[in-house]
Amino acid sequence: MKRVRISQQEIVFAVFAALFLSFSIFLNGFLSADNMLTLLQNVAVLGILGLAMAIVVIGRGIDLSLIAALAVPGGLVLQMVQNGHSLPASLLAAGLLAIAIGLVNGWLIAYAEVPPLFATLATGLFVAGLGQAALFQLDVVQWSDGMAGFERLGQGSILGIPTSIVMFAIACVVVFVLLRKTRWGAYIYAIGDNPFAARVTGIPSRPIIVLQYVVAALIGCFAGLVMAASVNSMPTRIFNSTLIYDVILVVVLGGIGLSGGRGGVVNVIIGTLLIGTMLNGMTILNIPYAGQNLIKGLVLLIAVITDTFLNPRNEETAQQGDI
Amino acid sequence: MTCMHKLALGSLAALALSAGTVPALAQQGLDEPFQKTFREALAGKTVAYVPVAMNFDLTEGWYAGLKKELEPFGVKFVIRDPNWNTNAGAQAVTSLISEKPAVMVIHNPDVQTYAKLLQRAENEGIYVIQINMGSAYRSSAFVGANWIEIGERQTEGVVKACQGKSNKIAIIQGALSAAASAYTLKGVENILAKHPEIKVVSSQAADWDAAKAKAITQTVLKQNPDLCGIVGFWDGMDIGTAAAIKEAGLTGKVFLATSGGGERKGACELVKNGSFDLNMSYDVPTQAAQMAGTIKWLLSSGAKPGSVKGSEYTTLIPITKENADTQTACWNLSDLKK
Repeated sequence: MKRVRISQQEIVFAVFAALFLSFSIFLNGFLSADNMLTLLQNVAVLGILGLAMAIVVIGRGIDLSLIAALAVPGGLVLQMVQNGHSLPASLLAAGLLAIAIGLVNGWLIAYAEVPPLFATLATGLFVAGLGQAALFQLDVVQWSDGMAGFERLGQGSILGIPTSIVMFAIACVVVFVLLRKTRWGAYIYAIGDNPFAARVTGIPSRPIIVLQYVVAALIGCFAGLVMAASVNSMPTRIFNSTLIYDVILVVVLGGIGLSGGRGGVVNVIIGTLLIGTMLNGMTILNIPYAGQNLIKGLVLLIAVITDTFLNPRNEETAQQGDI
Repeated sequence: MTCMHKLALGSLAALALSAGTVPALAQQGLDEPFQKTFREALAGKTVAYVPVAMNFDLTEGWYAGLKKELEPFGVKFVIRDPNWNTNAGAQAVTSLISEKPAVMVIHNPDVQTYAKLLQRAENEGIYVIQINMGSAYRSSAFVGANWIEIGERQTEGVVKACQGKSNKIAIIQGALSAAASAYTLKGVENILAKHPEIKVVSSQAADWDAAKAKAITQTVLKQNPDLCGIVGFWDGMDIGTAAAIKEAGLTGKVFLATSGGGERKGACELVKNGSFDLNMSYDVPTQAAQMAGTIKWLLSSGAKPGSVKGSEYTTLIPITKENADTQTACWNLSDLKK
């Protein structure tokens, strides 16, 4: 008889379903269309960042500079407009800055062969420092009149759906097409699964690695713009927060192994939904902050332990770098 | 002829008289006896400034204000920026103690971390002025806002706006570890104790983060669309709270009270466009002037550090639609730096 194997993705989905069901039954006002939209809206930016991280993690890397790519180009747009530059010019500058961040990351990792953990840690610090020292006057860059209209990227709704959810959906489609419908996407999976075999078979692995980081930085920049539009300002200090762990959490919880080569957009959506459901339910319950962290940690542990029981590591399944 | 003679004599006398008065007009100036010692007490002295971080309106404003007041007197102004890192801040204070500046201006990250160090500094002969966030040690001077009063006055505003409405309010706190947040919450509780009809439907910490504040407010507003007011703990974070109210189409229906340093873009502009209904400002330039005044007084007094101890709590400016347009309610960082 064939043993039933349940993947981590399915476990997390089950946890999500269980949470969702119990909140729906016991929590008055949870299961309303309005609250569902709020739930999604609150985690949309996290989801977009999760997509960026997913691309890199699938290619067996990690990008710790993602929050800098969110905060600094986004803040640059607001600061430049405040200083009197036009919005299109500011957006162009931000895009170029994001591409530069991605290129430096990619070059360091693919050509200089610095481990991604260290390379992106360093570039992230550098970019955040650059923003603080040279680009921004204050940590929180305020909205100015020149930005009028741009807030629609993160506020309001399109056909009744809050815009930030629409942006998350668009990002999902773009990343899905990139990963599953293009040759580059197939290369990313191949490199993540076995970088040496990928190189031997003639895949241009170095340019593809650079591409991964450039795409990730651009998506990060996009997430930053959505965030800034949604709160009418850019709190660039967010680089010092624990947001990057939440992003990694979404990716890993969703079932994209840090060993690379596995998972996709669906995993990010599942991970995002789980985090969103927990946050929303706990806010409605008015659980104090410390309690929220406790519960978050507990749910994570349950998911990881269940996975270890159902899918024990052995020589066959373990990979180098597996966490 | 006698007439002529008299005239000549008279004019001669007048000449002699006027000649006599000239030296009287060029009399010696009077020396003001205390200004020289004052100038000597300040010249060449070092004032060290340790905020929790630079790059935000409060600390930049204090810095610009202090510099403007003290540098013309030959005071050397040094700055140690721990960039939100409490450990780095404690190290900066420790190394400053051995460098022996005349005065240390300290912005505490919490009540405990620097307390012992500040006591040591005063024992070593350094005046310590604590600003906006005090520590458990009472030093020569405290200049800053009274957080309890801020919490009380914000809540009073919200309670008043809730009269005849649902009486449901929400509280968006800062970071749980920050004493400023805990003190403000105490002020909120003081007022709520007098108004049992008010129901707090949500009291959550948003970590001074606008995005978190927005997420919490959105969820709370979906559950309680009849909410009548929100007490927010910092205007930089409550931009997010205001965005959530605006998106729910409840601007003007949900009274949002917050607090901050009164910088024009972060305070007055946002009150004017309806994002905030009340912003309790602790007017940073006035605080800076009071700090500078205290430094001048301490240095010229010759008092032994730690021998006198006093407080200067800031007089708060409630910014509402009525005064948001005035020149004096808010300040510009760029002007203060000029």
